[in-house]
Amino acid sequence: MTKPKIAISWNSSCGGCDESIVDIEDKILDIAAKVEFVLWPCAMDFKYDHVRALPDGDITVSLINGGIQNSHQEEIARLIRKKSKTVVAFGACAWLGGVPSLINLKNKEELFKSSYLESISVENPRKTLPAIKSKVDNCTLTLPEIYDTLYKLDDIIGVDYYLPGCPPTADLITDLFLKLIEGGLPEKGAVLAPARSLCISCPRNETKPDNFEIDEIKRIHEIIADPEKCFLVQNLLCMGPSTRDGCGCSCIKGNMPCTGCFGPADKSDQGAKMIGTLGSILKGSTESEADRVIDGIADPAGTFYRYSTAASMLGRKRKEDR
Amino acid sequence: MADFKPKIVAFLCNWCSYEGADKAGGQKLNYYAGIKIIRVMCSGRVDPYFVLKAFREGADGVMVLGCHPGDCHYRKGNISALKRMRLLEKMIVQFGVERERFMLDWISAGESEKFQKTAEKMTSRILNLGPLKLEGYVKRKAAQ
Repeated sequence: MTKPKIAISWNSSCGGCDESIVDIEDKILDIAAKVEFVLWPCAMDFKYDHVRALPDGDITVSLINGGIQNSHQEEIARLIRKKSKTVVAFGACAWLGGVPSLINLKNKEELFKSSYLESISVENPRKTLPAIKSKVDNCTLTLPEIYDTLYKLDDIIGVDYYLPGCPPTADLITDLFLKLIEGGLPEKGAVLAPARSLCISCPRNETKPDNFEIDEIKRIHEIIADPEKCFLVQNLLCMGPSTRDGCGCSCIKGNMPCTGCFGPADKSDQGAKMIGTLGSILKGSTESEADRVIDGIADPAGTFYRYSTAASMLGRKRKEDR
Repeated sequence: MADFKPKIVAFLCNWCSYEGADKAGGQKLNYYAGIKIIRVMCSGRVDPYFVLKAFREGADGVMVLGCHPGDCHYRKGNISALKRMRLLEKMIVQFGVERERFMLDWISAGESEKFQKTAEKMTSRILNLGPLKLEGYVKRKAAQ
């Protein structure tokens, strides 16, 4: 029997997802013995031409991390889709856009200005900006086109499974590999983590009283958080109620509130659900009292959609000039 | 812009605002016909998701109307709605949607005239702002 072929690829991501695959430690060796890697730009030396030379559908499964923000990423994603039987959106960025998709709250011009002109660590006296074509000594150099929107992977190509997390946990990755090799994956389109709120498995859930109100929102550096009490009761914003279970509560066990990397618990909108939750627990019964507490949330979109702006209901900042 | 016919989605609570709108109808008080009324049991039932979905699917404006504070049939559903919607208003601005495209107000079962006035106020606001044209997140062609 030939070994299943596996490709791992990255787009707009930080490399943490690739790192998390290595983090499954010695199990990676067992897996590597049972499969054949055909592409893994972060860790192994394959060229895209190797993939182009494969027959269509030859790769058993491809794990793609990162959203799509430029034409190169789109081309490679489409190539891998064509050559693969199964594609897994690996991690929060591929599934929901992830942290990089916060750029959707700005426009491309603002991105260029901030990254290439105004950032204090950048020295750019000639004010050079990335261009698709530029002439240097009679040569024309080309770069991929940067899009003004970061797309989640399934906006560009068909995706069979979604593995949440920033990055996915070692347990989930090991489980995924086992099921890929031995079978037992659920129906296509599934998100490979339990469809329920993180609060269900949170060790602090018991400490949450039936009724409580958040009087003033605090940030984690402003108080010394009790290591056992529900964060919301301590006036700290915890995304647990609107976030999917399955991470093993690693942040919470480290005394940090959930920031929502496992995405929405169902097919709805993570931010809308969090606003729904907060409506029930923020203190105040008049507009001004409500606003006083709400003022404590400086950046609602960035807080509630930290990992899912591209997958949010509104998706990106409205384009003014159309 | 002259032929702009705004689409406005209005979530009305069963116990007060829907009654108020009903009464406005009974009294033949005119208001803009492009306001699409959706009856909900309570303004507290309006998930912020519904509002975002309305915008995404083509609404130029969204209204949530409930019982006056203190009059909620379920005691404080409208107060939860108040807090949700104030936070939601703050957030939609970050997505480039003007705060004025959303309205939360209180209308009792007897306030048919207030319903008419509020509806007209919202309509003129949206007429001034123009179409939302929220393409949002343009889904690219997915190749399976």
